[in-house]
Amino acid sequence: MVKQQRVKGVCARPALWLLLLGAGLAAGASPVDVYDFPDAATEARYRALVAELRCPKCLNTNLAGSDAPIAQDLRAAVHRLIIQEGLADQQVRDYLQARYGDFILYDPPVTGATLFLWAGPILFAGIGLGLIAVRMRRQQRARLSDADQAQLRRILDEA
Amino acid sequence: MRPALFTPLVVFLVILLLGYIGFQLEDPHRLPSALVGKPFPDFAAQRLEGGDGALVGREDLLGSPTLVNVWATWCPTCRAEHEELLRIRASAPVRIIGVNYKDDPAKARRWLRDYGDPYEFNLVDPDGALGVELGVYGAPETFLLNAAGEVVFKQVGAITESVWRRELAPRLAALGVAVSAAPNARPADASAAFSATPAAPQQSDVGSR
Repeated sequence: MVKQQRVKGVCARPALWLLLLGAGLAAGASPVDVYDFPDAATEARYRALVAELRCPKCLNTNLAGSDAPIAQDLRAAVHRLIIQEGLADQQVRDYLQARYGDFILYDPPVTGATLFLWAGPILFAGIGLGLIAVRMRRQQRARLSDADQAQLRRILDEA
Repeated sequence: MRPALFTPLVVFLVILLLGYIGFQLEDPHRLPSALVGKPFPDFAAQRLEGGDGALVGREDLLGSPTLVNVWATWCPTCRAEHEELLRIRASAPVRIIGVNYKDDPAKARRWLRDYGDPYEFNLVDPDGALGVELGVYGAPETFLLNAAGEVVFKQVGAITESVWRRELAPRLAALGVAVSAAPNARPADASAAFSATPAAPQQSDVGSR
């Protein structure tokens, strides 16, 4: 955000504008903190995890995209867990789930409370298909039989 | 009378009903507490005052029912909650341990000197690492532990008189702590302004955290 505001002052120079915009986009993935990684693969793992996990404070933002202090702390925790403690991705998820609950996973498990969430779409699709079937059958019944068609044609021809 | 005529009305009423129920559901900012029913996590932290740099761990919280209160001087709701903690300290035989969360130790010590100290002792969590270990995502938060160190209850947001009466006092009584049924009349001072009315939902406590 800050970068884009700064951009406003230099709109006269499109090249500079684009350059700054590019820099802003590149920095957008992880807004503030700078971490060291031993190799690119580990960095990719870190980025994937913070993009996948949910910020507990902000309802619908992942850890990567949030400026909330708790998201910064959790990014630091993810970094520490994979670099210093050498945890696998699933272990990091389990660690955070044990402390912050299912909320952090963006992936509600099937329980009594979330059953409607999972079954709802199937339920509604079923209702929709049922309605279509009923209408089609009704239309079919409303169609004239062959004898009626013949009689209709005869009447029309006479007119 | 054709039933199709009333279909839009019925659909409208159903939507109205869903909205009526949906908006009455609990505050979406309130996370279900993952640690309830589980042992309080192991940790190592320094004390805010005294202790000579010795680390405090989970074993120091065992032995009797304990409230672990996460607070900070930058948190206005904690200031409101502080009066209630002092009142609990004065009226119920329960340990209150503080976790000074992402705070300046000098400010925290001044706060305890100026406003009173309800805590048996305080732990410091300068960078929020202990908070992550405990699943804290803001301040104030309070854990109720039984003597074995299991989390019995977690309050997100301030402890108010009504939270004490409805959530904490009954659970403490069940854990064998002598809590009077109608805990102590509130002193007629400024702290009364902070107390929630009994019927008010506690959601308002969370917003300002």
